[in-house]
Amino acid sequence: MASLNVLVLVCLIYVIFLFAVAFAADRAALHGRGAWLRSPIVYTLSLSIYCTAWTFYGAVGFAARSGLEYVTIYLGPTLVMIGWWWTLRKMVRIGRSQRITSIADLISSRYGKSNSLAVFVTVLAVIGTTPYIALQLQSVTLSFSIFAETDMISGGPSSQQSTAFWVASGLAVFTILFGTRNLDANERHHGVVMAIALEAVVKLFALLAVGVFVVWGLSGGVAETLAQIDASPISQFEVTNSRWIGLTMLSAAAFICLPRMFQVMVVENEDEGHLRTASWAFPAYLMAMSLFVVPIAAVGLERLPADANPDLFVLTLPLQEGRDGLAILSFLGGFSSATSMVIVAAIALSTMVSNHIVMPIWLWMSGESAMVSGDVRSVALLARRLSIAGIVFLGYLYFRVSGGGAALAAIGLISFVGVAQFLPSLMGGLFWRGANRVGAIAGLVVGAMVWMYSLFLPSFGDTVFLPQQVIENGLFGLSWLRPQALFGAEGLDPIVHAVMWSLLLNTFVFFVVSLLSFPRPIERLQGAQFVNVFQHSGTAGSWSGGLAQSEDLLIMSQRIMGASEAQALFAGAARHQGIAGLLPEPTPDFLQQLERELSGSVGAATAHAMISQIVGGATVSVEDLMAVADETAQIMEYSSRLEAKTEEQARTARQLREANEKLTQLSVQKDAFLSQISHELRTPMTSIRAFSEIMRDTEGLTEDEQNKYSSIIHDEAVRLTRLLDDLLDLSVLENAQVVLNWQTGNLSEVLDRAISAAGVNEPGFKVDRIRAKEQLELRSDLDRLAQVFINVISNARKYCDASDPVLRIRSKQSGGNLIVDFIDNGSGIPTDKQALIFEKFSRIGETKAGGAGLGLAICREVMARLSGTITYLPGQNGAAFRVTIPIDVEAAKAAE
Amino acid sequence: MNKKVLLIEDEPNIIEAISFILSRDGWDVKTHANGHDAMDAVRDRAADLIILDVMLPGRSGFDILKDIRADGALSDTPVLMLTARGQDKDREMAARVGANRFMTKPFSNADVLEAVRSMVAT
Repeated sequence: MASLNVLVLVCLIYVIFLFAVAFAADRAALHGRGAWLRSPIVYTLSLSIYCTAWTFYGAVGFAARSGLEYVTIYLGPTLVMIGWWWTLRKMVRIGRSQRITSIADLISSRYGKSNSLAVFVTVLAVIGTTPYIALQLQSVTLSFSIFAETDMISGGPSSQQSTAFWVASGLAVFTILFGTRNLDANERHHGVVMAIALEAVVKLFALLAVGVFVVWGLSGGVAETLAQIDASPISQFEVTNSRWIGLTMLSAAAFICLPRMFQVMVVENEDEGHLRTASWAFPAYLMAMSLFVVPIAAVGLERLPADANPDLFVLTLPLQEGRDGLAILSFLGGFSSATSMVIVAAIALSTMVSNHIVMPIWLWMSGESAMVSGDVRSVALLARRLSIAGIVFLGYLYFRVSGGGAALAAIGLISFVGVAQFLPSLMGGLFWRGANRVGAIAGLVVGAMVWMYSLFLPSFGDTVFLPQQVIENGLFGLSWLRPQALFGAEGLDPIVHAVMWSLLLNTFVFFVVSLLSFPRPIERLQGAQFVNVFQHSGTAGSWSGGLAQSEDLLIMSQRIMGASEAQALFAGAARHQGIAGLLPEPTPDFLQQLERELSGSVGAATAHAMISQIVGGATVSVEDLMAVADETAQIMEYSSRLEAKTEEQARTARQLREANEKLTQLSVQKDAFLSQISHELRTPMTSIRAFSEIMRDTEGLTEDEQNKYSSIIHDEAVRLTRLLDDLLDLSVLENAQVVLNWQTGNLSEVLDRAISAAGVNEPGFKVDRIRAKEQLELRSDLDRLAQVFINVISNARKYCDASDPVLRIRSKQSGGNLIVDFIDNGSGIPTDKQALIFEKFSRIGETKAGGAGLGLAICREVMARLSGTITYLPGQNGAAFRVTIPIDVEAAKAAE
Repeated sequence: MNKKVLLIEDEPNIIEAISFILSRDGWDVKTHANGHDAMDAVRDRAADLIILDVMLPGRSGFDILKDIRADGALSDTPVLMLTARGQDKDREMAARVGANRFMTKPFSNADVLEAVRSMVAT
């Protein structure tokens, strides 16, 4: 007999293995390796979280109780995959172009980024999913207890509870570890996807193994098995037509609407083309899963005692026959089905809860603008982690409270009906431009209420929520309000009854209210984008960006996306606009792009709200309205061609304007150059001449005076020399005549050298470094590099005007480059001066801190010779410089 | 009584050199080192002569001179302008805003003494 201890051990090893796989996949993805992670097969396998423990164990039970009815659960998704392939592709396309994070996000985004709608969908999804999570916990504990029974250990309810508790905690930890690595929910969770793909293989293999054992090992062949099935009561079951159609429809709807399915199908989708493979591979997987269900059920009914639970035949048959290994395999199959469902459901729901409920509340509570409030990123991550723990715990709680009885087994279909309420708003949103927010809310509310009243509440038993009297005689004694026979529709199966009425009323109300009410402009825009996603992926919806401050936007984006991602995005946009530097103009296009990026992290509604806080509200321009009203292809084409031209002209004009400004500034500077050099040379000379004359002509100078004056002469002579050195250095650098000396060394040591040479090791000026991150090897001219660092550091010492000056130095590797940021906490450099500071003699203001204003100009030239750059980094609350150096200068030169 | 001279210049070594030369010659030298509040210093000191540098932190010497010439009580004070840029443009500018003398750095000490003596009739 398989001992419980062995089982626990196997379980633990399996879980550790899953952790390892997830970890390895995450690592591989991080390093850009593992193209196989993005293969269509992995995508298809990840879709198999549709097959939960309820289908793994329950399908056999279903078959044993009611014959072929279980096929409907597989038939629905198969029909959707094959027949509605086009719809799924549309959903995936929209999901990608709008950076959708969840089904709540999709619906809210479609209906004008309405957060109230998102909240409603989220709450309904949580209500619909919690029992389902409880069901998974129940299946794991039940299968454990089967082993416990055969092991002659009394598996009392208390040990069942604790099993459930440990399983729930483990799942929460796994999900938090691998599901909340990135804030951007739109990014793929490679580790999680890989783990559930693996679990998909395990559960299929386990079920097939049990099936093969039953057919060839127990029955003795296909023919015998068929005979056995004929003899069993299964062949006599008749499924009513209404139930057959109702259940197929229901499972099809659930397949599209379940938050966890949406997560793997749309959010985790890497490539639209994967759907093509999945459209045949996933039905094939389902076929394989259902292949041996009837044989196992028939043989189980015959061989096992009459009181055996058919839901556990998959497990008890091998055990009864003494095949412990097979039983453990089968247990792992069920365990895989349960865990993968809980993990993905928790990720999907936590994204919804944190984006649509926690974050808006937090933003509202913090009461300040998105820009100045604290670190949004860590709050969002924390919210997501807490939500995961909360959702899994809610499932556990439901399991505890419901007692894990038979009521739970029936909840699978009941949950399906709940989430199926999303279907009208979802499909209407994808295909019908007239659908609007009010209609969607009304339909959802009505559908959810009918579901609650006719199915969900009665499912708790006759007396728990609804009094017996209401069930028998209807609400307020009105017979047409009987929960299970609404409007006098008697004699129907309760599930079919609820599906019919809830979806019918939901769709009807949605349709009528949409027709009667008037959509807001932004809903029209979103509607046009969703319905016509294939014609124009990503246009319209414009911001009036004139007032926005790019720097404010950058500060906000850094909080949400992380500093380097936000900077890369802004720099890319600036390049695209033809602007030198890191700050793009807040054009409507850019703002729209930014909003979409942000919505990948915090959801569409929140992103929209945050940007409008800074920009001051989106406007719907004439062009936008034209885009909405694009009834003829001609207008569209004409206007888009016109738009492209205007845009191009605007870009050229901007480039010209910038070039002109720069030329003007340069010519002014060239004029100033001579007088500047004159000034810089004459000032020290004045002191030298005056004091040398004093020493020559004055009688009776004291020794102190003599010493003092001669040292002034000396100091000023040194200053002159330094200035001439700088000028020569600059001219050599500018003419590319400089001889560079390539060495290999460690970044940290170069920084050490620069810091001690810049003389900032004094109290009152703090240098904040993270040495561990500076241990980077590079090949460059390290003396020249140190010269640049010295310049930047001593500038910070001279110009940082904070009362407690701190210079942060942060290093990291990015591709083939090292990036070193120097950020002080002073008042920084005004935006209009940022472009000028690297020019010669451009001291900001007239603060004579001893330099001639050549330092940064030299730095810029040195970095150009080293194939790197030095730039001013805006939006850091202080003066900030970024030095980018190729790791291997010779390779970089060769690439040039 | 010694004649009072106000020196407005931001380079500490030059301040020291000019102060030394003029003090030895019997002048009462006051100094001021920036452009922001130079006008206040000019009013407070009521000097017989002002030596004014062109490039000052905060405010240019030309602007300060314009204010001096516009101020009724001060408009007659003789002003010697110093500059390290030494272009003709600066010289013309100085003449236009009303400088009495204009000297280019570096200067010889004797020239400075000669200039201040000639500007204030003793």
